[in-house]
Amino acid sequence: MKRGFDALSLPIGRAEFPQVFPAGLEFSPPARGMWNIVHTSMLLPESHQIYVCARGCLRGVILTAAEMNAMDRMSWVSVDESDFFDSSMESCVIDGVTEILHKLPRRPRAVWVYLSCIQLFAGVDFSQILRELRSRFPGVVFIDALMHPTMRKSGLTPDQFTRRQLFAALEAPAKFDRYSVNLLGSDFPADRECELFPWVEHAGFTCREITRCRTFDEYLEMGRSFLNFTWIPQAAAAGDALQSRLGQKHLHLPMCYGEEEIEGNYRTLAGALDLAFPDFSAEKEDARAALAELRREIGETPVVLDYTAAPRILSLARRLLEAGIRVERIFADSFIPGDRADFEFLRERFPELRITPTLHVSMRFPEEGRGSGKCLAVGQKAAFFTGTPHFADLVWGRGFYGFDGVRKIAGLLADAFRAPKELPQTIRHKGWGCESCL
Amino acid sequence: MKALSTVISIHSSDTAGVCSALYELGGMTVVHDASGCNSTYATHDEPRWYEGNGMVYISALTEAEAIMGDDDAFVTRVVRAAEDLGTCRFIAICGSPMPMMVGTDFDALAKIIAERTSLPVIPLHTNGMRSYLAGMAESFTALAERFCREDVQKCPGTVNVLGATPLDFSVNGQVESICSWLREEGFRVRSCWAMGSSLDELSLAAGAEVDLVISSGALALGAYFERRFGIPFVAGVPVGEKFAAFLAEALREAARSGRSSRPCLDCRRGDPAGPGVIGETVMSASIACALELERALPCRVLDPLEPEFGLRGPGDLSVPDEAAVASVFAGAPAVIGDPLYRPVVPAGTPFIALPHEAFSGRCFRKGMKNLIGRNFAKEFPSC
Repeated sequence: MKRGFDALSLPIGRAEFPQVFPAGLEFSPPARGMWNIVHTSMLLPESHQIYVCARGCLRGVILTAAEMNAMDRMSWVSVDESDFFDSSMESCVIDGVTEILHKLPRRPRAVWVYLSCIQLFAGVDFSQILRELRSRFPGVVFIDALMHPTMRKSGLTPDQFTRRQLFAALEAPAKFDRYSVNLLGSDFPADRECELFPWVEHAGFTCREITRCRTFDEYLEMGRSFLNFTWIPQAAAAGDALQSRLGQKHLHLPMCYGEEEIEGNYRTLAGALDLAFPDFSAEKEDARAALAELRREIGETPVVLDYTAAPRILSLARRLLEAGIRVERIFADSFIPGDRADFEFLRERFPELRITPTLHVSMRFPEEGRGSGKCLAVGQKAAFFTGTPHFADLVWGRGFYGFDGVRKIAGLLADAFRAPKELPQTIRHKGWGCESCL
Repeated sequence: MKALSTVISIHSSDTAGVCSALYELGGMTVVHDASGCNSTYATHDEPRWYEGNGMVYISALTEAEAIMGDDDAFVTRVVRAAEDLGTCRFIAICGSPMPMMVGTDFDALAKIIAERTSLPVIPLHTNGMRSYLAGMAESFTALAERFCREDVQKCPGTVNVLGATPLDFSVNGQVESICSWLREEGFRVRSCWAMGSSLDELSLAAGAEVDLVISSGALALGAYFERRFGIPFVAGVPVGEKFAAFLAEALREAARSGRSSRPCLDCRRGDPAGPGVIGETVMSASIACALELERALPCRVLDPLEPEFGLRGPGDLSVPDEAAVASVFAGAPAVIGDPLYRPVVPAGTPFIALPHEAFSGRCFRKGMKNLIGRNFAKEFPSC
């Protein structure tokens, strides 16, 4: 029988970590704000994406580009069964990419060559493809890229792989710039009101982000930085790869919401940059005040979150709960290793917090689980499942970080409580923050 | 050289054709796929997804399952989902590229799942490499084989509409307009495959006197009904008043004679030097008929999809890739087609945008036109 989603849920006190619900058929909720590999690859200025895949796989990436009005940066080669049986797999890629590059009105500085699961399964020689393409187009940087969801549980996911390859074109400088650092892997430009930026910039550091690079040459400047830091776990592989390949130091300073952990991140950064640790009490107090004000305004209104709202969703839930906000439910199917400490804390202190799956087949019928009272959702999937127009349109933490990030998120929730949004129209938009033709 | 494109889109895949065709019928459709098939379909190919309740899922295939040939994981998930949902009228299972690579036997899996669930299970042999027309054709025919009853009385004046999916007709009222037009012409709609009719209504399709095929994805179903139930089909979409009148008469003639016809080919002369109408061929040919009959503008239909599914009139042409499309556009006095073709239309060549969901997805949904019957005169811009 179809069931309301509460019947599918578990209290966190009885949930397993990290996989809360068993694998099964999967539903796709119509909340499209999360970025995909096309959005992320578009961050590389003056680059062009070429996908060599089956029609079904091409359709999603092509229309992602079409919706963001970027079809002039997207090309494709369609493969069929015969490509796997007549030894033409590599030549299909090489000749297809070559023809496309000859036809483009301008030669891109960098080309993403995306292959898919089936070519990997058939043992494609990607190195040979790249060697040949580099010899044919010596001025172009070719980036090997994969849309290989079949392998999503056995190595880097396509998302992680793309975030790593986004920096594959960086080269080691003759000498690193001791006063230059990079923030890697965030989809959105960091909110520069965050206390981190005035702090490090006042000490003479330049902080680069690919989201702010307008040209390929600006992007190449990121190679000069002596240190990279990453916020989101899916970008950590990018930092590790650059540390190993170029020698840039990597710090993973996760986007989290608890005071101690934020402070710990800043202490780590201060040590790496050889900076004195400043007094952040004012920023801390501002964040606390914003949460207290939120609590006062929304009272006992239940709050529901989903895993797409922030990379460390349990950290956010914990911070809200500790501020007295009535977090009732988190929509998530599993958690990431970095969630473990918060998971244990919540299991101990808030064991009735409900965990509800997003992928389960019965989530096709969310109306059966909706209550009648007002609730406040954080994240697009939470909004869809609960049907509430009162939702904070928070996708992957946006660029909010640190104490100021907590303050900004509290503000988003308060705004959402006061003013309803157009739910379907907002969450249908693919790739939060990207241009859209819809 | 393989089909490639520097700048234009690609049509929906066979898996989307399956999902779209079966969406409203109360069955569960499972695409054996790792990830992506469902979100692509739900985002770009299925305008009913947000408000609707179609049960379309993916199997979440993993690398280990593919390598080990672990079909049991697939079977277990499907059976458990059917139990959880509890209300499935049937289960359809279909494949994506990876199951093709590892040789998944969907016929065998269907038998196993049917035994375990006691539900009708329809195996469909998609691989994510063909167009939506292939998926529509196979799923409609398989559905008819499984559910259409023989013991149905013929009802004079009744019509089955074959080939209605949002991929070709969006959700802007075109299918409803076709059904209204049929009623205005004195017919009754027996069933509509497959928008707006229930599975029970489809199962009574054998009682229709004639079939109206409105998409080349349903030509196979029309031929099947002709063979099995002796129902003739008529291919065309009632675009514009004059072609609609021609089509209505063709339906009456088919009912009288029992012979199938293709008015969207037969009522025009066409002109290889005329404007190019690019897209799915039954609709494109019907637009060409309307233009010739109402505006004295003979056109050439350009078929960008698999030729084996389309209709081809004199002078019409298959344009299987971007190079062929660009080459034909270069010599055309005007082009009528989806807006995502615009980048390969030469500067200065008049272009009339007719969004087609199966090509541009939801990009231009707000601009979808309803050209049925007399709407054509006010909706279709002058060339």
